[in-house]
Amino acid sequence: MKGSFIDNLPKVYGIYTGGFIGFIILMAIGEQMGMTAKAIGICFVAFTIAIYAIIGWLSRTAQVDAYYVAGRQVPTVFNGMATAADWMSGASFVAMAGGIYFKGYGYMALLVGWTGGYVLVATLLAPYLRKFGCYTVPDFIGTRYGGNLTRLLAVIVLTVASFTYVTAQINATGTIASVALDIPFQYAVYVGLVSILLCSMLGGMRGVTWTQVAQYVVLIIAYLLPVFWISNEIGAGFFPHFMLADEVARIGELEQQFGFVKNSAADLATVPKGLAGITKAHSAVNATPWAFISLALAMMMGTASLPHVMMRYFTTPSVKAARKSVGWSLFFIFLLYSSAPMLATLSKLSLIDPTLPTGIIGKSIADVQAIDWYQNWNAANLMFVSDFNGNGTLELNEFFMGGKAVVLATPEIAGLPYVISGLVAAGGMAAAMSTADGLILAIANAISHDVYYKMIDPKAETAKRLTVARVLLVVIGFAAATIAAMEIQGILGSVIWAFDFAMSGLFFPLVLGVWWKRANKEGAIAGMALGLISGMAYLVWVRNGGSGFLGITQLTFGIFGAAVSLVAMVVVSLITSAPDAATQRMVDNVRVPAGKSII
Amino acid sequence: MTKNEQHWEKTRGLLFITLAIWFVFSIGIFLFGAELNSVSGPFGYPLTYWFTCQGSLGIFVILIFWFANRQEKIDEEFGFAEREE
Repeated sequence: MKGSFIDNLPKVYGIYTGGFIGFIILMAIGEQMGMTAKAIGICFVAFTIAIYAIIGWLSRTAQVDAYYVAGRQVPTVFNGMATAADWMSGASFVAMAGGIYFKGYGYMALLVGWTGGYVLVATLLAPYLRKFGCYTVPDFIGTRYGGNLTRLLAVIVLTVASFTYVTAQINATGTIASVALDIPFQYAVYVGLVSILLCSMLGGMRGVTWTQVAQYVVLIIAYLLPVFWISNEIGAGFFPHFMLADEVARIGELEQQFGFVKNSAADLATVPKGLAGITKAHSAVNATPWAFISLALAMMMGTASLPHVMMRYFTTPSVKAARKSVGWSLFFIFLLYSSAPMLATLSKLSLIDPTLPTGIIGKSIADVQAIDWYQNWNAANLMFVSDFNGNGTLELNEFFMGGKAVVLATPEIAGLPYVISGLVAAGGMAAAMSTADGLILAIANAISHDVYYKMIDPKAETAKRLTVARVLLVVIGFAAATIAAMEIQGILGSVIWAFDFAMSGLFFPLVLGVWWKRANKEGAIAGMALGLISGMAYLVWVRNGGSGFLGITQLTFGIFGAAVSLVAMVVVSLITSAPDAATQRMVDNVRVPAGKSII
Repeated sequence: MTKNEQHWEKTRGLLFITLAIWFVFSIGIFLFGAELNSVSGPFGYPLTYWFTCQGSLGIFVILIFWFANRQEKIDEEFGFAEREE
């Protein structure tokens, strides 16, 4: 091929996408010729991971600029795809449609929060941090406010937030790998980890960037294809996003007809852990405005504080490109997020509508228990029915499902071939891996660049710096995998906490660093330290039976942390002296796109 | 006022407009979620439901591109835009 790699990107990824579609077709033919479901699952997961590993190998580098910021030459649209993969985690892919399925409107605050946050990223931060020319987010804090303490605090907040997040991602890779490869979860977690490290260790940010683009292609095909297919299969319309109004209304009717019967505590105790029934309205407004808005707000501010997202915009060629790239990121995220409610609708309707052949509500319990897919997913501990009222018929309140089942099981329920389930497994793996990669890299880079290079050994040579960075990457990866293997917390809960931690400590120090010249070192220290501590304290309090206040829950404690952070930062900045002239000039410089970067 | 200050004032103005639109579609309409949901929205979905699953999300995408273009114009006006390489 003529021209540089960057010039050829559309061609390279075009061929790659074509190859992947070819692979899907090949598997479909294999299925027709008698390939087993297990073999198809293994092929999908192994083939995609092999591709990512090859990309990781080809992207290996010995240059600091390439390792930390992919040489600052990632084109706008491709950076958008990489950010979308970086952003959409195992939780978005596997758990989101399930959350909407069970909780309806109240849960959809996450859709608004996880997209609206990008408006804050585009307007308040990304272009300015790109102009700054930093390698990491703590690099910006440390240089803007000065002093090692600010830098260290930023590293701490980053590590707390990202580490909480990454254990959930490795947990997700483990779950998928254990199902697809049929190995125990404890080992599957390490299979996931090794695949993740293959992408990032040799090439750093460059390797992660190009694997993330590849992972986006896999995950978006794996998410959209089943949604469209199922919609057509059950006759809901060929373009579900525009055509499911009748289905949404029909679910409302059925909810009225069945009613939400409350189960007794004794009955519920017999339901396997982690499974839930349908207890909330699908499309009706079932949350108070504040419950909805506070969750959306927390997620939006958290989005604008999470370093693994911010650092993706350090890789664009210019400030202008960074801004546009945020738009592209959100566009690629929108493609999946706007499909999640459609999948939840299709999944719910096909299960609960007695007039559809797949509907199970109203059938006899014995019949339901004899269905193949019910037996499979019951064995996987993701589905459960029980005849609480003893009438022999399945009622709405007697049917329980795991959140993951909405994405993982719906293709099978709707009667799609197994090749789709294999594809979905590969997509979920891609989503979890790409996010885990970004997060582990964010932590390792912050520690290697900000703590080791900037604070401990500023004279370190390039080779030594990169060795330290790589060793840290492996150490952090294994630490996260070890914690993930213990299965302490659910996937979604810990993801939401990560947002709250990040916004508690970093949102205002980052934003005011650009938008308020008067913000100084002392203020930033107070803002980060008190923000994170008060956020954590609130979480611990509410977790241990505290009542909380203003309706702030353990999912939105970041609102409290960030408020404390803002007040502390403003008050302390104002009672201490203004930043020196050099710092003021630096801020002026950051605000102008043209000219050299600051660092 | 220096050129830098004028540029920053315009930039800040654009920020406020962008954030005002953002506020309406991320928070404002959900203050009235229950009331608006009885209205029929695009494609026949209940209105609030449609905003949470498509409307607000799509508006954010458009808003960011609009903002990026406006900011580029401001930068060019003051000669602060980056030179193409």
